Amino acid sequence: MSALLDVRAVGKAFGGVVANRGISVQVEEGEIVGLIGPNGSGKTTLFNSIVGHHPIDEGEIYFDNGRIDKLGVPEIARLGLLRTFQQTRIYGGMTCVQNMLISAPQQGLGVAAMLAPHTRAEEERAGELLDFVGLYEKRHLIAGDLSFGQQKLLEFSMALMNGPRLLLLDEPTAGINPTLINGLMDRLQRANAEFGITLLVIEHNMRVIMNLAQRIYCLAHGELLAEGAPSEIREDRRVIDAYLGAT
Amino acid sequence: MSAPSTAAMNGHWGRWAGYGAILAAALIVPLVFPAFQTQMAFLWLMIVFALTWDVMGGQMGYNSFGNILFLGVGMYVCAVVQVGLHVDVAAYNASMGASALDLTMGQYLTGLGLGLAAGAVAAVACAVVLGAGVLLLLIAVIVIAVAVGLCNWLGLPPVLGVAAGLGAAVFMALRVPALRAHGLLSLRGHYFAIGTLGLGIAAGEVASGWQFIGAGSGMVTPLYPGELGGREQFFNAAAFVLAVATFFALRRLYAGRFGLAVNAIRDDEQKAEAMGLPTTRYKTVAWSVAAVFMGIAGGLVGNIVGFIDPRDVAFAGATYGVWMVLMAILGGKGTIWGPVLGAAVFHITQELFWTYLLGWQRVALGLLIVLIVVFFPQGLLGWVRARWPERFGHRVDSRAAEEAEG
Repeated sequence: MSALLDVRAVGKAFGGVVANRGISVQVEEGEIVGLIGPNGSGKTTLFNSIVGHHPIDEGEIYFDNGRIDKLGVPEIARLGLLRTFQQTRIYGGMTCVQNMLISAPQQGLGVAAMLAPHTRAEEERAGELLDFVGLYEKRHLIAGDLSFGQQKLLEFSMALMNGPRLLLLDEPTAGINPTLINGLMDRLQRANAEFGITLLVIEHNMRVIMNLAQRIYCLAHGELLAEGAPSEIREDRRVIDAYLGAT
Repeated sequence: MSAPSTAAMNGHWGRWAGYGAILAAALIVPLVFPAFQTQMAFLWLMIVFALTWDVMGGQMGYNSFGNILFLGVGMYVCAVVQVGLHVDVAAYNASMGASALDLTMGQYLTGLGLGLAAGAVAAVACAVVLGAGVLLLLIAVIVIAVAVGLCNWLGLPPVLGVAAGLGAAVFMALRVPALRAHGLLSLRGHYFAIGTLGLGIAAGEVASGWQFIGAGSGMVTPLYPGELGGREQFFNAAAFVLAVATFFALRRLYAGRFGLAVNAIRDDEQKAEAMGLPTTRYKTVAWSVAAVFMGIAGGLVGNIVGFIDPRDVAFAGATYGVWMVLMAILGGKGTIWGPVLGAAVFHITQELFWTYLLGWQRVALGLLIVLIVVFFPQGLLGWVRARWPERFGHRVDSRAAEEAEG
């Protein structure tokens, strides 16, 4: 039984700029894995490669033992591999509830179902998850009018609504009020434990990622620098030199 | 608790008052002002134009300048079916409809019904092919041509070749997904608007060069067999029924998955794809929904005007084609009542300008448009929604907030 996500020696260059070179990452089912590294080290490029946003130059990517590096974004999403965006993306002209309802999985819907109303179960699930992230009383507000932090929470709950097996989170705590970060971390852990969603998280906040992740990969200059448990990463000489800095 | 329910109540009453006013207008005007029946019929049709344009332009954020195509296709197909059921279409058109059809009421209604249905189907076919499969269409045409050529060479009936070619094309469409994604709907933003701009013009040129449907000299629709004045009454009623059906069908669609999906595509199509939404299918369905009602509207317009000119009536991009965009924006795009309101304001002011400001009517119309764009960039209803969002249900659920605090 191989890993849920298996990234094998992936490389990606934009013109002469090599964003990723020979990167291999494995995420086991049920894990929370961190991805850290300085700005421009290729973390988001790796995410984009995994979800099929752009073709990769070399290497292979497997999800649930199926090869996905030739598939497009919607097909990969429908397999149960979702991502959230660094610049939070929600449907700004719609209410929170509507954002949630349209995020329900759409696999195998025929034309008749596409034209049908939402099911009661979907509406209840939307309410539960909005309650889970603490946006229930704002559910009828236009999502674009929410604060940045609330939009991040909404985007996270939209991803949960889709019921993915693996969720890639691109800086979930960036721009969030420090007092709310603990609450968000708690929700990430509960999504992992209660909903059984495997997480791969890009994060710059070291306190968050060291507490959240069971394993961490560190990138620098587009290459994999180190991999290990948070305690090992924190002590790793190369990581300290490249990223953490002497403390 | 009380505030939201009062607002909901007001909304409820407002809605029924609106329905009542429209129904009253629909019933009273034909009785009191029988001379205005054709204008009324066009008011209902304008509402259909604006509502169907808004499916793509407002709700989905895809500005289509090609919806006029569906009107013209529906118009011609309807007329051809109406005529073709009784006489040879080419001969009928060659004699400019002089071999006038003498139909009974039953024959006429059957022909009209079949014609409208065929027009709707043809318009949807256009939407699907242009939206999702231009490449597929080209390949199908080539395969069919080759198959027919082979049949001729082998001495088999050409119908066999058409059937074999169609079969092969359908097979390819099902087996090769890459072929399905090459249509106008794979264009985004301004590119889609420009891509659709040529559709109506091209169709007008084709129609005015095609002898079978009368070419440049147009096509006369069959005469209404009833008594004098009955024709106006009949088509006014038919246009009203179509407008009501369009309104309620769209309102129902917007309340479900379809409405949210097209709104999601409008707000952030990349996000929708990243969430696994089948965006191409939703876009194709959206254009087809617009095409159904535009196709039927086309059949009615052809019969109301009585004469189908390829450029000025059927594929009238400079009038109906532009007006449908204007009316939806005027009333407030992306809302269900906006296009209705916009169509009513536009049509009534236009008729008034034509009556009282003759010679300056287009100047007045242009000024009106400028004023609306400057002072109500979101349209009339968009302005109302920005002023009073809570009337549209966008409010904090105070009861839930109190429970959370308590």
